Amino acid sequence: MFIDYYIILSVALFCIGIVGVLTRRNAIIIFMCVELMLNAVNLLLVAFSKMHHLTPPKKELAAVAGTDGQIFVFFIMVVAAAEVSVGLAIIVMMYRNIHSVDVNFLNRLKH
Amino acid sequence: MQNSLQIAWLIPLFPLIGFLINGLGRKQLSKSMIGVIGSGVILASFVMSIWVFLQVKDGNTHVATYFDFINAGKLKISFAFQIDQLSSLFLLIITGVGFLIHVYSVAYMHEEKTEHFGRYFSYLNLFVFSMLLLVLGANYVIMFIGWEGVGLCSYLLIGFWFKKDEYNKAANKAFIMNRIGDLGFLIAIFWIISKAGSVNFPDVFAAATGKFNGKEFTTTDITCITLLLFVGATGKSAQIPLYTWLPDAMAGPTPVSALIHAATMVTAGIYMVARSNILYSMSHLVMNVVWVIGLATAILAATIALKQNDIKKVLAYSTVSQLGFMFLALGTGAYVAAVFHVMTHAFFKALLFLGSGSVIHAMGGEQDIRKMGGLNKRMKITSMTFLLGCLAIAGIPGFSGFFSKDAILAGAFGRSPVIYAIALGAALLTAFYMFRLYATVFRGTFRGTHDQEHHLHESPSAMTVPLIILAILSVVGGWIGIPEFMASGANKLNEFLAPVFASSNQFLESRGRLHEIDHNTEWMLTGLSSLLIILVVVFAWNKFSRKPELAETKGLGRVLENKWYVDELYDTIIVKPLNWLGGVLNSVVEKDVIDGLVNGVGRAVNYGSRQLRLLQSGQVANYVLLMVLSMLVVFVLQFFLRK
Repeated sequence: MFIDYYIILSVALFCIGIVGVLTRRNAIIIFMCVELMLNAVNLLLVAFSKMHHLTPPKKELAAVAGTDGQIFVFFIMVVAAAEVSVGLAIIVMMYRNIHSVDVNFLNRLKH
Repeated sequence: MQNSLQIAWLIPLFPLIGFLINGLGRKQLSKSMIGVIGSGVILASFVMSIWVFLQVKDGNTHVATYFDFINAGKLKISFAFQIDQLSSLFLLIITGVGFLIHVYSVAYMHEEKTEHFGRYFSYLNLFVFSMLLLVLGANYVIMFIGWEGVGLCSYLLIGFWFKKDEYNKAANKAFIMNRIGDLGFLIAIFWIISKAGSVNFPDVFAAATGKFNGKEFTTTDITCITLLLFVGATGKSAQIPLYTWLPDAMAGPTPVSALIHAATMVTAGIYMVARSNILYSMSHLVMNVVWVIGLATAILAATIALKQNDIKKVLAYSTVSQLGFMFLALGTGAYVAAVFHVMTHAFFKALLFLGSGSVIHAMGGEQDIRKMGGLNKRMKITSMTFLLGCLAIAGIPGFSGFFSKDAILAGAFGRSPVIYAIALGAALLTAFYMFRLYATVFRGTFRGTHDQEHHLHESPSAMTVPLIILAILSVVGGWIGIPEFMASGANKLNEFLAPVFASSNQFLESRGRLHEIDHNTEWMLTGLSSLLIILVVVFAWNKFSRKPELAETKGLGRVLENKWYVDELYDTIIVKPLNWLGGVLNSVVEKDVIDGLVNGVGRAVNYGSRQLRLLQSGQVANYVLLMVLSMLVVFVLQFFLRK
């Protein structure tokens, strides 16, 4: 099945994202990795949505078949955009306060 | 028309009012006022009791229901009084003897402070109230309320002089011993409720004979219920194995010993068994237990009384022994004889106790008979009345004790000549120790200090008049129960009580367990026992008038003086192991197990949280790693656990 390729691709993207989040210390790179993970999920959603509606259940539904998964994707993209703006603002504030974007310096929550 | 006996609630009400007035006003009222109220309320009850007795004598018995005491689901227990031949007789004894003792107390306790004087009378009134409740109750629950009430008053009055620790211990002992018995009574009540669904006497007896709402007791039920009730009776009426509290109860004031520990409270057990006579009649086994315990107690207590040197202790053991006689009568089916002996015993034992109180009063608190002697010259009335009491308890023909004891012995002979022989032995011991006591106290020469001799005096008339009345009753009290073989139709008591025991006698007769003995045999037995008793009395009189027993006792006498070491035995097999167990529970279970558990939980939480704290490193990457790992775990679990 050709869906397998999409799954493998998005799993690969997701794993890259996780590994990036876990291993990198630069806040901006971690942020990018999070975006990567989100987009891996988006890709998967579009792929599954298309796969499950190759043949529409009814003739009248042919125009909208396979679009519900894609609506999710748009939703995620909007939320992600909002999140990016908040996240970048935090990173900017962080840089202003400690002159660094290294997350390992941010361990004051412990105390 | 409403039965006129419905008004019987007044009888216990009077003492209750007296209790409240004396108890609350003990600091305000004067002594004479307290005495008048305390005795007056009992007199009022006594007058009411006489009226009730006359009504009952005319054949008017009544169950007076007043209100629902407990109403829970199917169980309905009403607050009701049963007025019949048995309870009316007990009413007379309690209020009559009680009144005399109250009057006596006014003089006996006059040295107490007003406050304590009031306390004393309030307790005494409360006691009479509880006792009347016990006797009047028309079901086992009301009886139990009175039963507990008299136990409480007994405790309060034994420990009346609470500043002496020894007396408090005696009070505790009496209370705890009674609690053991009460538990038996309580379980019996629960058993009755669960099987019959009612505690009213007629219902329970109907259930026993199988005619109550289709509910019926099995043989096991009857055996267990009667046995448990009897456990209660052994506690209250001081029988083996729970008798040791009664001699110690002599710590209380002497009139209390007379009223509670001789005349009334200790006979509650006999009343209860007599009231439940049909249940007992139906269980041959328990009947046997009852007479065996009664006989054993009678003998054991009589032997102990032989060597006691405290005037009240002798009387206390004599009481235990006489109560044993009553249980012997109950166990052999001679219910009337038992009730008869309760009555005569109330007269002569109250007399003896009050007499001893008069002696103690004159001796300035001395109770050791070895330091008395020759008192008959200085205390003529006390000595005369005491002698009459001794003659009555010994069973000299013509005196009240003779008739009641003879009835018991006849009942015992009907069961078996062996029982008769043992019981006669106990009766002879009774005659012996009573005349040992009399001769040592009143005959011979005075052996006390010079001060005491100077102080010796006859008691005031408030004390001697009750003595005289009780002495008269001790003499003539038996004449209402002159046995059939002496004069036909003279046993008025038997006739009077017949309705109470009718069904029981019928049952025993149908099973062939009621043995009539012919008149010739009865004459012979009476003659034999009277002859032996007179011989023993003369022997004891001579022996102890001339040379009282003052020296230290040796051998068996020492064992008897130490009460067969029963107290020590109980101490070794019950008290000490319990103390040891308590110690172990305290030092091992409490300290190591319970404390260890509690502290262990705390320590484990402390330790666990210190380890968990390390997880919070503050490193964002760590948190994310943990999150990812746990998500993985969830996924893996989900994958494997899926069907």
